[in-house]
Amino acid sequence: MSAMIEVQSLSKRFGAFTAVDNISFSVQTGEVFAFLGPNGAGKTTTIKMLTTLLQPSGGTILLDGLDPQRRQREARQRFGIVFQDPSLESELTAAENMELHGVLYHMPRKLRLERTERLLRMFELWERRKEPVKRFSGGMKRRLEIARGLLHTPRILFLDEPTLGLDPQSRNQLWTHVKALNQEEHVTVFLTTHYMEEAERVAERIAVIDHGKIVALGSPQELKQNTGTGSLEQAFLALTGTTIRDESAGAADQLRQFARMWRR
Amino acid sequence: MGAIYILWLREVKRYLRSRAQVVASLGQPLMYLVALGFGLGPVFRASGNGSYLQFVAPGVVGMAVLFTSMFAGIGLLWDRQFGFLKETLVAPVPRISIVLGKTLGGITVALIQGVLVIVISLIAGFRPASWLALLNGFVFMLLIALVFGGLGTAIGSRLQDMQGFQLVMNFLVMPIFFLSGALFPLDHLPKALAAVTDLDPLSYGIDGLRGALIGRAHYGFRIDLWVLCLVAVALLSLGSYLFSKIEI
Repeated sequence: MSAMIEVQSLSKRFGAFTAVDNISFSVQTGEVFAFLGPNGAGKTTTIKMLTTLLQPSGGTILLDGLDPQRRQREARQRFGIVFQDPSLESELTAAENMELHGVLYHMPRKLRLERTERLLRMFELWERRKEPVKRFSGGMKRRLEIARGLLHTPRILFLDEPTLGLDPQSRNQLWTHVKALNQEEHVTVFLTTHYMEEAERVAERIAVIDHGKIVALGSPQELKQNTGTGSLEQAFLALTGTTIRDESAGAADQLRQFARMWRR
Repeated sequence: MGAIYILWLREVKRYLRSRAQVVASLGQPLMYLVALGFGLGPVFRASGNGSYLQFVAPGVVGMAVLFTSMFAGIGLLWDRQFGFLKETLVAPVPRISIVLGKTLGGITVALIQGVLVIVISLIAGFRPASWLALLNGFVFMLLIALVFGGLGTAIGSRLQDMQGFQLVMNFLVMPIFFLSGALFPLDHLPKALAAVTDLDPLSYGIDGLRGALIGRAHYGFRIDLWVLCLVAVALLSLGSYLFSKIEI
């Protein structure tokens, strides 16, 4: 099995602060790989570098053999992403959001329509395709985002805390779909989550990042064995400690609060 | 081209589907037309300047285009905060296509808004010099939209939060509007104020619009056209450059 994602000595510094500190790992083709860590550990910064949204301060990345900094557009065509925060256009319908994505990824119209139908049916959204996304529940929006991320048949799917804020039923359904997709379309999945049971359920290997460094890497079973713990959550706490990590409310959080206030 | 078109279409659909936004955005121009047009009309006429409604209507049209095009650009802040910008930034398309699609969408919306205000003005009693004048006026509406669409994009590319948006509104957009001669004639102003109005690009937009619609201009058609074209090129280039530097 060849590596679909290869990261060597990757770093990201913001002034004096080092968010990601010299990390290396690889993800094999067709693998489901979980990237876990406490708040502010460097998970999202790593995903942003992998997906070309941030320039690394040092190190190298290869996505399907391509350097995303030098061959940015080709690399972007190879992956789909579901962001931590929703990124759908809520005034547009589900079908229109898919259409917009398909055009941005240069898909021929016939293929766009075929893939849209297949994916919306798979994610049980076909009957609601003509409704504006603003009427969708959180779970439906997440399913639509994953369907959209897969529209252009990417080889890698990045999922940045995709189940954040979802109820257990929606989370269960979402992971069932992701697992099915991984098996049917052989998509390599790189995910982050705070829910340990989810990581254990879907991931073949897990990397734990803390303070910008990878502190453990292995299968869920290996992590438990190496830490002498009985559950992945205990292993995670053993590796990263029990101190609560608070991220200060970012501008996005503040704006969301303002928007909620405004809607009231 | 596909990316530019689909992002342009997104802006237009968003506008057309948000009926509350359409109605709300017409409220302010309507208030200026009615309250100022009819309220100050007698004083304006008594001072020998003719109908104030005729004078102020092009200013109010310019205001509608200014606000809508600026907000469309600054709307990048919303796209950034609510996630949609990330979806476009990771797509395999050049950033210039993204900024063009978005800016052209904003300009289209601003022009629709301007046309709606012209229709309201006509209903209120405004009469252009001729129907051809409306076509000439459309050219200046387009130029105003290009100038402030570019400025909005430049600002939207740098803004990080809502507080910044309020600052831009209070210390940039409102002064641009009030110092443009939209509400008062630019003749016989105190020197200091005249110097400031000369630096305001909207002054040339409103002047061109007024010249086209009612044949009354301060700077003249050529100066208005040249200044607006040059400022539009400069601000659209600046907006595109700053957009290309966005990091999320």
